[in-house]
Amino acid sequence: MYRYDQYDQAMVDARVEEFRDQARRRLEGKLTEDQFKPLRLMNGLYLQLHAYMLRVAIPYGTLDARQMEILADIADKYDRGYGHFTTRQNIQYNWIKLEDCADALADLATVEMHAIQTSGNCIRNISSDHFAGAAADEVVDPRPYAELMRQWSSFHPEFTYLPRKFKIAVIASEKDRAAMRLHDIGVRIVARDGEVGAQFYAGGGMGRTPMIAPLIRDFVPIDQFITYAEACLRVYNRYGRRDNKYKARIKILVHELGAAEYIRQVEEEFAHLLSVGVEPPREELARITAYFAPPAFVDGPKTVDRSDPDFALWVDRNTHRHKHDAYVSAVISLKPAGGIPGDATSEQMRVVARLAREYSFDELRVMHTQNLLLPHVRIADLHAVWTALDEAGLGAPNMDTIEDIIACPGLDYCSLANARSIPLAQRISERFAETGRTEVVGELKLKISGCINACGHHHAGHIGILGVDKKGTENYQISLGGSEAEDVSLAKITGPGFDEDGVIAAVEKVTDIYLATRADGERFLDTYRRIGMEPFKEALYG
Amino acid sequence: MADNLGTSPDEVQFRFRDDEPVDHAAVTVDSCCDQTNATAVRIEPGDDARVLLPFLDRLALVEVNFPSFGDGRGYSAARILREAGYAGELRAVGAVLIDQLSHMRRCGFDSFAPDKRLDEEDAARAFATWENVYQRAADARRTIADKRHEA
Amino acid sequence: MKILTGNDLRSGAVTWWNGTGWSLFVDDAVDVGDEAEEILAREEAARRVNVPYAIEATIDAAGHVRPAHIKDRVRALGPTVRRDLGVPTANKTGWDWVI
Repeated sequence: MYRYDQYDQAMVDARVEEFRDQARRRLEGKLTEDQFKPLRLMNGLYLQLHAYMLRVAIPYGTLDARQMEILADIADKYDRGYGHFTTRQNIQYNWIKLEDCADALADLATVEMHAIQTSGNCIRNISSDHFAGAAADEVVDPRPYAELMRQWSSFHPEFTYLPRKFKIAVIASEKDRAAMRLHDIGVRIVARDGEVGAQFYAGGGMGRTPMIAPLIRDFVPIDQFITYAEACLRVYNRYGRRDNKYKARIKILVHELGAAEYIRQVEEEFAHLLSVGVEPPREELARITAYFAPPAFVDGPKTVDRSDPDFALWVDRNTHRHKHDAYVSAVISLKPAGGIPGDATSEQMRVVARLAREYSFDELRVMHTQNLLLPHVRIADLHAVWTALDEAGLGAPNMDTIEDIIACPGLDYCSLANARSIPLAQRISERFAETGRTEVVGELKLKISGCINACGHHHAGHIGILGVDKKGTENYQISLGGSEAEDVSLAKITGPGFDEDGVIAAVEKVTDIYLATRADGERFLDTYRRIGMEPFKEALYG
Repeated sequence: MADNLGTSPDEVQFRFRDDEPVDHAAVTVDSCCDQTNATAVRIEPGDDARVLLPFLDRLALVEVNFPSFGDGRGYSAARILREAGYAGELRAVGAVLIDQLSHMRRCGFDSFAPDKRLDEEDAARAFATWENVYQRAADARRTIADKRHEA
Repeated sequence: MKILTGNDLRSGAVTWWNGTGWSLFVDDAVDVGDEAEEILAREEAARRVNVPYAIEATIDAAGHVRPAHIKDRVRALGPTVRRDLGVPTANKTGWDWVI
């Protein structure tokens, strides 16, 4: 994986000192909260419901054991012994003190980590396919391109006060495991006639106005990659709406202009910027790519001993095909039945770090599904890995099942939320685990947001749940048929909302309809697409 | 009235030029396009900096107004002017804060007239924050990638 | 009654105006009547509190203060899903009134 050189390190160190100075000026009263807020946000520091919250960037979700151990240490030293892994492959700490924040950032900097641009109206942490570098179906490893973008977008002088936040995902396979088309810019690295280039999508997003990004350029030669991104951003910075923060994302600009007009403007700016020359030297991509050379895989057994049914189930559920046939990628579930999705204790982080070191070439990933991943595990080692995970409460065999719920922090932590998300996730996962229906139902992506900002991706859930405020009480609307994958679609709302007990019953009814009507091999989403909304509505409201 | 705009030289707190500052008022972008003799113009966030490109030769001062610090359109305006070869004074005025100075400098601003004077020491530190930079921008600094690959 | 709440600037902890300072315990909150604006401005300027605001609340016979809005009730005790991390006052008043 990528390693900082002295320049990268100096940038991060300088940022720590800059933030230390900003925090000092705030505490001395030289900065008002209004002035300090955008500065702390650009260092990932929010003021949340109960305390400051620090969001640490994990670029394209890749980290090593040493970094995970520092994340664990920070949880113990400055927080309350745990952290929360997010849908953008980051980690959040919920109880950081402003006066400690610069010290926490300094600790992060010792392992090439930071909280730069994890919030604010700037280009955020670049996300990617969690199976990058391991997946059998990728064209290339997308992470070098994501790293090139990370450097380009870090402290970008022109794009630090954009109309609104800006999220970019980079993938490199037909399968989309990063919700690429639900990003402000989605990039797919492709190969045409042996030449690598980038396909750009722009104007996707969730939030209160969900949109699927249209294709805006089918092929950008890779030596013009950054220039094209710069053109996309410049058009957005100049013309994105600033009169209404709810209409300020690029999706609204692309929608209001029409994709064709946005493309025309970008192409004009692109031609201009090509003449100016903003692209990094060609050798830079090669330098970065060298860091992502595949590890030294060795041949070995290609099957496991399935005599332990619990282990066999976990292998079936939580492992993913690897480009080397003696390896798999192993999902570490942060979704124990009844647990808080995405939360991990410092002890669990250390277990995971140790397993990465021993069994996965010192590499870990954070998945957008709020799970962790050991990308390169020898099939021969799977049993040992599973045993250790299970002991640490990390062995739930539930990837992509109804227990593998994405949930935003909701009203338990978030100052924007209208309703709690976590208790619903806890009750639903517990209920399905208890009744043994999880396996029967199979793949079903349930996503819960505690407000319309959609951090829990409810628009992209096979079943989505949105918490709303109904006269001061929590109320939950159900939607069906969303997908964040290559078959991307936006979920449609079923009808009036439910209270907490009601929504749990409603989820069960919806899965009843699916089980009663599914054809062979159909996932929930397939059945919904075949039979439509009506049978589900009938069951819920009839 | 609309043409009686702009900051006077004594409102400029930081200036990175040796020439004499323009000492008369600036005009709006619209007026600038109509008047053949205007040498100072003031850009508001909603203005298209590119309409000034035909007149760059006669301009000695372009002020870019930041009515609020969170409106970043002026950064693009500045770079567009520099990319087109504008060599006169480019002044950031209005809600210019300490922590924006280094980025503004990179986008081509070479003078600063914050509406609230900034702490000199804090500002000096802010201008010096980034010894190296990742992106090519209007200041023509060699980037980190350039340095990595120089022969 | 009208009470004031905010966060401590240094630690971020949720605090409540008790008439002379900022307390961690919602039950210490006092009715500020029409003095809210004045206290908020003064306290924020002095950086004794960060982003404070006034809210409606009720007080019961036992003296427990209950913010009117669910969000401030959650703020008063801590995350409902991590009661082990809650504000210590929760031990006295329980969680049943929060949601």
